[in-house]
Amino acid sequence: MRDNRQIVHIIKEQLRPPSERIPVIRWLKQNLFNSWFNAILTIVSTVLIVIAVFGLLRWALGARWEVIPTNLKLLLVGTYPAEHLWRVWATVYLVSFLLGFSSGSHGGLMRRVSTVVASVSVLLAILPFPWGTRGWLLGIAVVAAVGFGLGHLSKGIRRCKRLEIAAWLLSFPISLVLLNGMEGILPVIKGRTTWGFMLNLIGAVVGIGLSFPIGVLLALGRRSELPAIRWVCTAYIEIIRGVPLISLLFMASIMLQLLLPANVRPDLLIRAMMTITAFSAAYMAENVRGGLQAIPRGQYEAASAVGLNKALATILIILPQALRLVIPAIVGQFIALFMDTTLFGFIAILELLNITRSIMGNIEWRGTIFELYVFIGIAFWILCYSMSYVSRRIEKTLGVGER
Amino acid sequence: MSVTSDEGIIIYRDVHKWYGDFHVLRGITFTMQKGEVIVICGPSGSGKSTCIRTINRLEEHQRGQIIVDGVELTNDLRNIETIRREVGIVFQQFNLFPHLSVLQNVALAPFWVLKMKKSKADEVAMQLLERVGIPEQAEKYPGQLSGGQQQRVAIARALAMSPKIMLFDEPTSALDPEMIKEVLDVMKNLARSGMTMIVVTHEMGFAREVADRIIFFDYGQLVEENTPEEFFHNPQHERTKLFLSQILDY
Repeated sequence: MRDNRQIVHIIKEQLRPPSERIPVIRWLKQNLFNSWFNAILTIVSTVLIVIAVFGLLRWALGARWEVIPTNLKLLLVGTYPAEHLWRVWATVYLVSFLLGFSSGSHGGLMRRVSTVVASVSVLLAILPFPWGTRGWLLGIAVVAAVGFGLGHLSKGIRRCKRLEIAAWLLSFPISLVLLNGMEGILPVIKGRTTWGFMLNLIGAVVGIGLSFPIGVLLALGRRSELPAIRWVCTAYIEIIRGVPLISLLFMASIMLQLLLPANVRPDLLIRAMMTITAFSAAYMAENVRGGLQAIPRGQYEAASAVGLNKALATILIILPQALRLVIPAIVGQFIALFMDTTLFGFIAILELLNITRSIMGNIEWRGTIFELYVFIGIAFWILCYSMSYVSRRIEKTLGVGER
Repeated sequence: MSVTSDEGIIIYRDVHKWYGDFHVLRGITFTMQKGEVIVICGPSGSGKSTCIRTINRLEEHQRGQIIVDGVELTNDLRNIETIRREVGIVFQQFNLFPHLSVLQNVALAPFWVLKMKKSKADEVAMQLLERVGIPEQAEKYPGQLSGGQQQRVAIARALAMSPKIMLFDEPTSALDPEMIKEVLDVMKNLARSGMTMIVVTHEMGFAREVADRIIFFDYGQLVEENTPEEFFHNPQHERTKLFLSQILDY
């Protein structure tokens, strides 16, 4: 008996794993200079990297960066009239307030996102913008902070939670009305196909917001037991996926013009958004279907055995699990959709890429092509990276209790 | 389609089922009384799982008649839904909902199907978790529990609909030997409380102690039906004797 206890005692003492730290010199020798061929490769590539970095630095220091701040308004909001610019700010404030509120009431992911938004706006306010703009920028942080405070106070009050969800859902149409205007409430702004980067953002938000639910419905429809529904959904998905987006956009811009009389035809921007939504929904549907197929049969059986009908089983049991499995694919589709909004430029919509081209055509800014494209790249990268960051956080949060 | 239920709570009359060309159930006939505990055993592939899964229509039968608590199982969706409310099932692979906490797993059906208030549903779920001996795991997720604990949650989940009949489809076959007992104990208590139960299992100790009747299946047929006493000490068929000699030697 005593011996036994001793053995248990010895086993319980944890041994540390052997140290794996290697001195730098040895690491270099092992990984970069372990044969004469690898040694040559290492030296050549080091030289190339140094040349490239120096070239880049020399260009970056001598570049005419003033093209960006000078044209910043044009790039971001295009021809949006200056006297109505407050409406853009109001939209930004609305979203930052909601972000702040949610971060106050939930914490976690929301808190990170709103902290980043607030601190970026403060950082931007330090840059040498006109004083008016700086004020607006600082306002973002203030509004987010106020939202945070209110959200914190509302913690645990059930009615506030419902209100919060309703506010998020309502923020979608409210923003559109704010930006576009509406007969009788706010003056409608003319020429909404020339709003620069804002069009990419609106296109992406509308496209994501609509193509996700449509895609889920299409995926469920393709697996329906009713043949008519199944065939319609399958045909839709396969036809859309067989045609490049750019040709769909051309069809929407030119063919509809020929087919529909002007008074019933939605305007160009709306047609473009409908097209990108319809396009993205087909891909979304296939992503979601992949998730649906990964759910074991036992889940369906257990759901129906406890008495849930088909609709409830799908909403409560199957979809939450299926969607969680395909978050990476869905976010990939969101990112692709965002990038695809640059194709709007081909049907005469002045989104970021197209408006950049018009700046480059200006004699004053001749030769600033690299500066402008670097700006475009950074603008898109920031937003796409944020999306993939948020998706990773969501995956982690939802990963609790994963089998 | 109501039939008088005096004859029994479950009535099978010449039930047949095919998977494609494969004839899984070849004319099953038996009757079960309320409060009875029946253990079904037999070699794998003999159709015993398929048989109990036809009771709540997870599998369809193609010929014959199944009457559960006076309602005949047909393609009528309303009948199927009624019967599923009255029949709980526990699966070999647990089939808990991995994205919901233990409490939510159990409270789900009372809330959505029986339309209980959320607080009431949670209360019922908590009582059931106490009954199966794991109230302290309520906030965890299924993936954080041991196999035996998961299966007990599955039993609680099935009981949450207050079923009249409980089906157990090899409930201990996927468990580590150390955990089998905790699940069988819960089932034993359930049987003592008067629940009508059909249990497909290879646990002969459980069958001997708890069953009122043992049914032996082979090749989709009901080969022998007897009390445990008779079944173990005086089996009638050669096939039953062979089966018993093979599993009882160890």
